[in-house]
Amino acid sequence: MKKNGILSRLFLALVFLFLYAPILVLIVFSFNDSKSNAVWGGFTLDWYVQLLNNRTVLEALQTTLLVSVLATAIATVAGTAAAIGFSSMKRRPRNACLTVNSIPMTNADIITGVSMMLLFVFAGQALADFSGWLNTTAWAESANLWFDFGFDMGFLTLLIAHVTFDIPYVIVAVLPKLRQLDPNLAEAALDLGATRWTAFRKVVLPELMPGIVNGLLIAFTMSIDDFVISYFTAGSQVSTLSMYVYAQVRRRVSPEINALSTLMFVAVLLLLVVINLRQARQEQRRKRQALRT
Amino acid sequence: MSKELIRLRNIRMAFDDEVVLNDLNLYINDKEFLTLLGPSGCGKTTTLRIIGGFTTPVSGDVLFNGVRINDVPPYRRQINTVFQKYALFPHMNVFENVAFGLRMPKVEEQLDENGKVVSRRKVKISEAEIRTRVMEMLETVSLKGFETRKPDALSGGQQQRVAIARALVNRPKVLLLDEPLGALDLKLRKDMQLELKKIQQQVGITFIYVTHDQEEALTMSDTIVVMDKGCIQQIGTPEDIYNEPKNAFVADFIGESNIIDGVMVRDKLVKMYGREFPCLDGGFAENEPVDVVIRPEDIDIVPVDQGQLVGTVTSVTFKGMQYDIIVDFRGFKWLIQTTDHSPVGARIGVKIDPDGFHIMKKSQYSGMFGDYSSYSDEYDELSDAEALDDGEDEGAEEERREEGYAE
Ligand SMILES: Nc1ncnc2c1ncn2[C@@H]1O[C@H](COP(=O)(O)OP(=O)(O)OP(=O)(O)O)[C@@H](O)[C@H]1O
Ligand SMILES: [Mg+2]
Repeated sequence: MKKNGILSRLFLALVFLFLYAPILVLIVFSFNDSKSNAVWGGFTLDWYVQLLNNRTVLEALQTTLLVSVLATAIATVAGTAAAIGFSSMKRRPRNACLTVNSIPMTNADIITGVSMMLLFVFAGQALADFSGWLNTTAWAESANLWFDFGFDMGFLTLLIAHVTFDIPYVIVAVLPKLRQLDPNLAEAALDLGATRWTAFRKVVLPELMPGIVNGLLIAFTMSIDDFVISYFTAGSQVSTLSMYVYAQVRRRVSPEINALSTLMFVAVLLLLVVINLRQARQEQRRKRQALRT
Repeated sequence: MSKELIRLRNIRMAFDDEVVLNDLNLYINDKEFLTLLGPSGCGKTTTLRIIGGFTTPVSGDVLFNGVRINDVPPYRRQINTVFQKYALFPHMNVFENVAFGLRMPKVEEQLDENGKVVSRRKVKISEAEIRTRVMEMLETVSLKGFETRKPDALSGGQQQRVAIARALVNRPKVLLLDEPLGALDLKLRKDMQLELKKIQQQVGITFIYVTHDQEEALTMSDTIVVMDKGCIQQIGTPEDIYNEPKNAFVADFIGESNIIDGVMVRDKLVKMYGREFPCLDGGFAENEPVDVVIRPEDIDIVPVDQGQLVGTVTSVTFKGMQYDIIVDFRGFKWLIQTTDHSPVGARIGVKIDPDGFHIMKKSQYSGMFGDYSSYSDEYDELSDAEALDDGEDEGAEEERREEGYAE
């Protein structure tokens, strides 16, 4: 294949144009000193300033960050533990688990979102029925107790949903590190007097760390980025940034939304750049080490 | 030197029905340098892992100082290991690697008169003592000045010495070494063999050493345990193993051996090639079929008319110290090591002194080893100049049959 053929370059340029033209327009008009999305009225930062004074936006930002940080933290711990569990399994059950693990990642978000919503509604109703039944029992009456386990969708269900869709990404990021891990390392630590837990903390964990951080960053990006699953699981009271954008745009595309979307795009872009740089660097280091030995 | 420290009793090990160790019995003395020697896959590493506590045998007992330790985890055994691929901690520098074991809290146990644990106390070694002990150890393995290097910035030999230092600094009763020199080049390996032996004598502890290199085993060990297919074939000093191999497998694995079918006519008289030879062994039944081992260096080349046997040289390889020559005696090819050069095709006589014969009982290994028919193929690239031309070989074959031995 010719590397620098003019046709292939043109093709590449077209692809990038199609991919990024919409975002470019969005960014440009977020600096537009006019309410219109078609006419350029000069440069301004007003929309960004307005954004910072918009309480709903700030609340949505807070929700987004909180749910992303919490979900990432929980998913990182759970995913790492799961990956370690997978890697110590026999081949057959492990492959089965890996397949099950990869389904949520390839599954359409809307299916994940709708199915989770159904589950939450069902669980909330079941628990409400259960507490209703408990309240009719003689025991509850005599003890003067009143139960209400029922719940509506809100921050907690949103968090659970995020943790759920983050975990597979963490697992996928940690597994290669586990595969590269010399099984004798942990044994060497045991041999030198470390308990299993100390061996894990002092020797295994530092070796897995690059993979764990990769998983953490990917999970965080996914959480920040998510709209569809959040939309179905957050209920009516809570909303994330992307949900806010969606709600606003349904009425009218204001330049303020352009500004907000630009900020979100830049944030996610930065995260992706960091992840890719890290992975490239790790790959390089691994190659260099392989060359040495 | 002779107090028993470790005993393996009727050890059986299997991975998914594949038997790896079959009824292993072995004791190891205090301060002994014991080598487990055997071909790849014979169960050496598995045996070592059972002693270290990383694997639990299916059945049988591991005793340490007479106490059963099957269920004692590795971190409570007074045993340290140098792993086959060193397993240095990549994110720690040399100092931290060596200090690792010292930083682990040790549990000091108070025992009552029945040997029951009354109380446990955690003891920590002070940072100052850790520093002196690590530096001392690095000096012992000649690695002073490398404290802050990371393992991946060290050569193979240096990594190996860090691994030894990391294990020895804990002052274990026993050091387990799994082919620690396997990854090093020949020259460095020879140096490290002497170095290791020196360290062992210096620290005065038991070394259990695994290798599949017979020369290494002969050089370093007090005791050699030859293993094959999960069974111990022979235990003995290097001299015993070399001079008195128990069966064809041991004879072949330890050094070069010609192993010939024979019959023990009576004590001190063995018959092969239809001819009787005086030897020194006895204790066999009359006319019992046996395996006769003749080491290549115990065979003297003499003029044809003085030879006990007469054969034709089929290949000559120059080995520096000596020539390896392959001689055809009636279709069975022998390896002879000699300082005299004999050209290919020459007819030579050989003479073997009575102490050059070693007689073994027939075993499952009889007939599997000790024939050098394939020798010239194996060493093709080494002896190509002298390799025998096939056509000539066939022409000479008939004639040679008659000459199997001198009348
Ligand atoms: N964890 C394991 N699972 C299954 N089989 C194993 C395991 N460990 C060892 N084996 C098998 O046990 C047998 C003995 O292995 P072992 O590692 O003890 O051999 P070795 O003598 O150390 O060989 P080498 O010289 O190649 O290191 C081999 O057939 C190996 O395949
Ligand atoms: Mg091994």
